[in-house]
Amino acid sequence: MAKASANAETNSAALEQIEIDLKDPFLAAFLAWLIPGAGHWYQGRRHKAVLFFVWILGTFVFGLYLGEGRVVYASLRDNDRRLPYLCQIGVGLPALPALVQAARKTPLQFPIYEDFMAPPEVSQIPNQEDELDRLQKRMHRYWEFGTVYTMIAGLLNILAIYDAWGGPAFALAAPEKHKEDDEGDGQDDDKASKGSGG
Amino acid sequence: MIFAGFAWPLLAAGHINDLWYALPLIVAVSMVYSATRHEAMEAILSGALRIGAWITGFMAFFFVVLFLMSSSL
Repeated sequence: MAKASANAETNSAALEQIEIDLKDPFLAAFLAWLIPGAGHWYQGRRHKAVLFFVWILGTFVFGLYLGEGRVVYASLRDNDRRLPYLCQIGVGLPALPALVQAARKTPLQFPIYEDFMAPPEVSQIPNQEDELDRLQKRMHRYWEFGTVYTMIAGLLNILAIYDAWGGPAFALAAPEKHKEDDEGDGQDDDKASKGSGG
Repeated sequence: MIFAGFAWPLLAAGHINDLWYALPLIVAVSMVYSATRHEAMEAILSGALRIGAWITGFMAFFFVVLFLMSSSL
């Protein structure tokens, strides 16, 4: 099992050493991507799990609310490459319905649950108003607010994923006695100590 | 309308309300960033306060600079 220790600065500037059991860092990182905070919950870092869940998912949901559920969608069409989705997918499972909706929006299938996270229609004819134009015109700046909120939520979760994988940035190498204990899985220790770069 | 009497065109324009949307983002970014730097809750909160103040100060500085530039033009 990978371990890391962190120096936590208290108000009195005294250093408090906290030992963190990262368990399986790769599984933790995957869980952290899937649901914000899930990786930390798996590692037993419950307070950080709740913090990440509330703030990252809260930011994502609020952005989705501002954008009426339309600002998160997947599209790689020539005239509508939705690059913000590359950031939004960082929150994992909550952004994945966009992929399902994009796959369902074909001449033979229709998106489920109305147009939630479904790619809007875009016209192939230049200067012809299409659904995307109408959405942006109607929502005005809330389209941008929603996009920014959901993008930032995804990017913040990438920080959380790194924290689940390598421990906090102020982490130190595990104490000597633990290194001896963990000689069997020394690779994990190396990964844990990579997180001490901050 | 109250602000209209003052020489604050940016505030009077009503766009000031949009700045409130920055507040939840500042809090979220501060908390999450600080949580990736520290492990203890106390350290996370004090770190978040510091980062939040820094971001707010940074934004306020550029707000004033841009405001003065737009007013003088």
